[in-house]
Order: sequence, then C-alpha cells, then structure tokens
Amino acid sequence: MSMAEPVGGLFGDFGGRFVPEPLVPACEELEAAFRSAWADDGFRGELNQLLADYAGRPSPLTECHRLSEEMGLRLLLKREDLNHTGSHKINNVLGQALLAVRMGKTRLVAETGAGQHGVATATAAALLGLECVVYMGEVDMERQALNVFRMQLLGAEVRSAVSGSRTLKDAINEAMRDWVATVENSHYCLGSVMGPHPYPWMVRELHRVIGDEAREQCNQLLGSDPDVVTACVGGGSNAIGIFSGFVDGDAALVGVEPAGGAAIGRGVPGVVHGSKSFLMQDEHGQVLEAESISAGLDYPGIGPEHSHLAAIGRARYESVTDDEVVAAFELLSRTEGIIPALEPAHALAWVSRARQELAGHSVLLNLSGRGDKDVDQMMARLVAETSNNGDDGRAG
Amino acid sequence: MEAALRARRSQGGKALVPYLTGGLGDWQTALAAAADAGADAIEVGIPFSDPVIDGPVIQEANDRALADGVTPLSVLDALGRLDIGVPLAVMTYYNIAFRFGLERFASVLAERGVAAAILPDLPLEEAGPWAEAADAAGVETVLLAAPTASDERLARICARTRGFVYGVGLLGVTGVRDELASSAVVMAGRLKQMTDVPVLVGVGVGTPEQAEEVCRVADGAVVGSAVVRQMLDGGPAAVSELVGRFRQALD
Repeated sequence: MSMAEPVGGLFGDFGGRFVPEPLVPACEELEAAFRSAWADDGFRGELNQLLADYAGRPSPLTECHRLSEEMGLRLLLKREDLNHTGSHKINNVLGQALLAVRMGKTRLVAETGAGQHGVATATAAALLGLECVVYMGEVDMERQALNVFRMQLLGAEVRSAVSGSRTLKDAINEAMRDWVATVENSHYCLGSVMGPHPYPWMVRELHRVIGDEAREQCNQLLGSDPDVVTACVGGGSNAIGIFSGFVDGDAALVGVEPAGGAAIGRGVPGVVHGSKSFLMQDEHGQVLEAESISAGLDYPGIGPEHSHLAAIGRARYESVTDDEVVAAFELLSRTEGIIPALEPAHALAWVSRARQELAGHSVLLNLSGRGDKDVDQMMARLVAETSNNGDDGRAG
Repeated sequence: MEAALRARRSQGGKALVPYLTGGLGDWQTALAAAADAGADAIEVGIPFSDPVIDGPVIQEANDRALADGVTPLSVLDALGRLDIGVPLAVMTYYNIAFRFGLERFASVLAERGVAAAILPDLPLEEAGPWAEAADAAGVETVLLAAPTASDERLARICARTRGFVYGVGLLGVTGVRDELASSAVVMAGRLKQMTDVPVLVGVGVGTPEQAEEVCRVADGAVVGSAVVRQMLDGGPAAVSELVGRFRQALD
C-alpha cells in the first residue's frame, strides 16, 4: 500500500469534514490551494529551500551504539530534535505558512500543547511577516512557561484556554472559535494530522519528508528498511511523517500513546475537532480529558489515518505509563548524551519494555523533539523523588 | 416545526425561537415560561464537552449542566414529559448523536416529541446518514447557512434543510454583540430570495431591537446567549421577562 490522497477526505471509515458551516468554504479553499501548491515546482522549491537553509534538513540518522548493546537490539534515531525550533513541527509549519501567504492570508492562528507547535508557528510567522496568535491551555502554560516566553519573544500573542481540561483539546476549541470569526484573513495553522479535511492529508504530506529521508538513510546504513519503525502518538503527526516512508514496505509500524491519552487503546470511534476517529469518550459521547506527563500528547483523540492504519492492521498502537517514560528519558540521556523531549521518550519507553520481543532487530525511532523544554519539569519530579526516597526509603 | 413557522408567517407575524440549555437549573420551568411569553418554538441545547461554535455564555451553561450530571437521555426524557404547546428542536453536536447511534437517536427524539434537530458541526456534505435516519423517524434536520457560502451552496443547503433554514448572522461564535452585524440582514436577504422555507437568523441576535431589525427581512430570529444569560442570572422569571420583550419587539 502507499499513502495516497484520501478520497473525499476519508481514510477508510475515518476522517471527513465535520465543521461548523461557516468554515466549510475555508476548508474547500484550503484544499484547493494546497493541491495546487503541492503540484507546483515553484512552491515545492521554495519550501525545500527553507527546510534546508532555515530548518537544517536533512536531519541526521544516529545509531545508538551503547543503548543498542544494553537493550540487545539495533536502535536508530531519526534526529528531528536537531531541526530549528527543536522538533519536527517546523516541517509542517513552514509549509502552511508559505501556503497562507500564497492564499493572501495575513494572520496565523494555532493551538499548542507542549508549546513546540506554537513556537514553530510563531517562528514561521516571524520569518514571513505574519501576525500570529497561539492558543494554549492554562495548565500547559504553567507546565511549559519557557515555551510561552519563547513564543512571545518571537512576536506571537499567546492566549490561554481556560475552559474544560485547560489543555490541548481546549486550545483547539479556542483556535477553531477564533478561526470561525476571522476566517476571511486568517489561516488556521493546525499542528497535527487531525482536524477536518484537508488537514490530516496536508499535514502528512508536509511531514513525509521525515520518512522519505529516513528510508534513504536506513537503506544506506542497513542495506534495507529497518524491522520496526516506531514513534510517539498524540494527534500523530511525527508518527505519520515517519510511517509514510515505510508503509509500502515490510517494516512493522508501532505508534506509542500515553496510557492516560490512548485514543486507540481506550477509545471508540467518535467525531470531534472536525474528523471521525478513535476518541476517548464516555458512554454518552462526552469527550474525556487526557492526562499524561507530556503536554504534547495530552489529547483524547488521534489523527484519522492512524485509526485507519490500526483498523486495517498495518500499524499497531501500544501505550506506556508516565513512570516508564521518565525512565526512558533518563536512559537516553545517560547512555547516548541525548536529552529527548518527553513525547518521543514514550516511543523509547515501549522499545525498552519490548526489548525481548525486539531482540536482534533493527528499530528506527523518530526522535521528534529535544528535551530542553522538559528539563524544569523533570528536575522538579526527580528532586521530589529523591527527597521522598530520603524520607521513607521507597522509590517515588 | 416547519408547519408552525409557516403558520406564523402566513399570519403576517415573525417567529421567535429562544434557546435554553437542557439541564441548566430549573430549565423545564423556563421552557414553559418562554412558551407562555410568546416563543413560537424553542431550541433546547444538549450539553457537549467541546462546543466549538459556542461563545462564553453558552459554554458556561453547558459546563454547569454537565457538572450537574446531565446526560443526553436525561434531557430527552424530561422533554418527553413536557407539554408546553410549542414545537421543540434539540441543538447538540454530532458526536452525541453518533455515540447514541443515529437511528436510535432519531427514534428517541421522535418518541419524546422533539420535532427537529440542529447539529452545528454537521455540514451538508456530512449530513447524509443522519438526515436519512431523521427523515425516516419524522424528525426535521435544520441546516445552517453562513455568510461565507456561495449562492450555489446556499441553494443546496436550502434544498436539504427541514423545519427552517438557520442563517448564521455573523462570522463568529454564539454571543451577544452591541450591534447587529450587517451580515445578518444580508444573510437573511440572500436566503429569502432563494427559498420558501422559513428563514430564521441566529448568532449575534442579542436584543429585541436587533431581532426586530433582522426580522424586517427574515421570517424570524433565534436568540441564544441573551436568553441563557438571563437564565444563569435570574432563572425562569428572568427568561420569561426577556422573551416577552422580544415578542413585543417582533409584534
């Protein structure tokens, strides 16, 4: 199989365009604009130039020698953490910002969880001279104060989402409310492979550079595709990006969700934020609040193409606990000198847990972001654990 | 619903459709009070966790009702026991109906005597499965029409809507504004030229004066946040008083 354009915005039974009527023409306009831009060598050339000269692509592939030996497998990291702004998010944002300019929009609206997509959007807005408003859950603004300041430094206005769980899902609600009111001059720069058509398709196309590069790099290093390709999944953009390079081959694809935000692990099909997909919800259809250590994965839904890949058995989805994530965060830091973001530490936590199943296999992990933004939070947690250990001798 | 609205129009009157959030405080008394004060029909919101088209007032009402443990079925069962003499529409988000099961949701609405359903995140292109289930159960599917739509799109919306066509008065979420947006009257005019179905305008119609202004062109007005604000602050008596003032303005 390959990842084609979804017919009618559908990936099998998932996807669609479930938006308030005022936004339908905007989605249609965006779909047409993206299709035309994506077929235009001039647009592709301009984007590739920015990805190379500004974002620092291609990102390297790093083989983890010490950690591989410790785990008894061959671990390769796709280093999206080395991109400008510190995560894979810049790939999508540069494409959408260029598209916004092409469409004559003067203002970008975005949501953010951990702040990585917000920082990337604010960066692209600064680069291209666009106004930028980023919505962020009040809880996340506390957890990721550094990224809030970073966005402000870049000239963006950060607005707090104070309704519901005050995390990513509520930031999306606020961004959509803004877009309903400002659709004539604003582009909604959505940060994941979710939302109404064409977003899941468009954002995948903008991130497939991760998978295309990684496949070529793996083939040079291994002489073949890796046995396993894994990535963390909240909405699922970095995972779709790397999966898209391998989906037509034999590599096993494994998405890793946080246990507290496992849309596929704990959800059933539902419709929120513009598309039909697996969704954590109660028996009445009320969306549940996700809870995990990672603001970037605190989302009760998942992009519709992941639901489709799960439904047809092409990818499988695992979940890991916060404690496993913390252990993986420390493990990679200590053994390889790479401090990962908490999000990709989820994928490593699964690899670490599944090391017996994976023994002797090559595993490509998308290291979607760097851990600088999480160091404060981890310091507080680890210091608290140490002092608890001192008090009563038990592990925290 | 459509029969009642057409009857009002053929008598030379304008239709008044207030909105109230199901499960909010003494909401059943408020529904009856709104009907007595001159509502032609009433829109009842079934609270949803992520109401993306709603502004702060309806969000607050929604959150309060959910915190009180309201469920879709508890609202619908209560509606089934009410007899207030005007047709009722439910307004909720698509996931509520989807989770219920579309056919089951439609038949429960019909059994509880609900005439129509408004699902604001279900645009024309996605409405097929629900609209079929609703048609089969005898429930009217009200579609929204927005200022951003082309005439061609408005025509398709008018052809598929049942009960009335809900003209969105401005680009934005529900809520009261100081002035009626010029887009509201334009919206009403475009729809009136296009269809014989009753044309009601809502979103941004927050005062009796604004309702009167838009109803110089439209067949009626839907009033949401202003009514819910009264309910939050003053309960059913305040709702009755406000609906009465809207009624006077439209008469």
